[in-house]
Amino acid sequence: MNILIMVIFVVLAAFTLAAGVMVVTVKNIIHAALWLIASFFSVAAMYLLMEAEFIAIVQVLVYVGAISILVLFAIMLTRHVTGEGVRQLYKRWWIALIVAAALFGVLIVPTVFNYEWAVQPSGAQISIASTVEIGTAFMREYLLPFEVASVLLLVALIGAIVIAFEERSTRRRVLTLAEEVEQRRQRNESLRLAPTTHASETSE
Amino acid sequence: MNMVDAVPLPWVLAVAAGLFCIGLFGALSRRNTVGILLGVELMLNAVNLNLIAFWRYLEPNVVAGQVFALFIITVAAAEAAVGLAMIIAIYRTRLTVNADEVDSLKG
Repeated sequence: MNILIMVIFVVLAAFTLAAGVMVVTVKNIIHAALWLIASFFSVAAMYLLMEAEFIAIVQVLVYVGAISILVLFAIMLTRHVTGEGVRQLYKRWWIALIVAAALFGVLIVPTVFNYEWAVQPSGAQISIASTVEIGTAFMREYLLPFEVASVLLLVALIGAIVIAFEERSTRRRVLTLAEEVEQRRQRNESLRLAPTTHASETSE
Repeated sequence: MNMVDAVPLPWVLAVAAGLFCIGLFGALSRRNTVGILLGVELMLNAVNLNLIAFWRYLEPNVVAGQVFALFIITVAAAEAAVGLAMIIAIYRTRLTVNADEVDSLKG
């Protein structure tokens, strides 16, 4: 039984990390968002494996149901012609790679594997905090943080509307795809005639 | 017959650390601002995985671990909403979502 749980965990972990790598490396941003949904799902499965069923459900509802739909809508609203020649990463992306790999290999992994964690001894009778207890805790000792979180959500709601709101007088007509292609072709043409510091934006 | 007996805690933490570093790489190296936001979401997910692992392995009878994870999910939702609204507003005025082309403050 233990070996089964371990196999499930290893498969989920491998899938989560693979989906994460796809999110940051894949060229098409819509595909990146879809891979992000896959990684959210497998993280939710890991929560289930760790017997945090309420968090797993909230993960699926909030992340998969709300945030990824929001991301997909934002991608579609800011759609522009992404040709194959357009770079997706910065020119010096390898610096970011070194920083992330060093953080993982030099700092986190040695710390995590060398520290003596005070894990509960196996076989001991332990009670796991249930969803009922979480609900009670939200109405008792965590009432103030709960209210602050709801105010934060309200502020984010209003803020998002205010930031994205468009006055009627400044509203532009949304360009069709053909017009966008034409616009980009003209921009590239002018860049080729007068190379400026912005010429790097369409380099291969 | 549960996760605590089957999988050692450092493994879970290493997976969360790997997810965090992948997200960090994405947030630092993507040109597309939506891609940067996707990297940040990956990092927040990794932190949540860490918190749940600590709760389950170290203090399973205390609700604080799960409550903290719920607050992080709340903050992540607020951050995504405001961030995507900003991306849409930037796209409207500059017709681009690439972070290095929005350089009004560059000297």
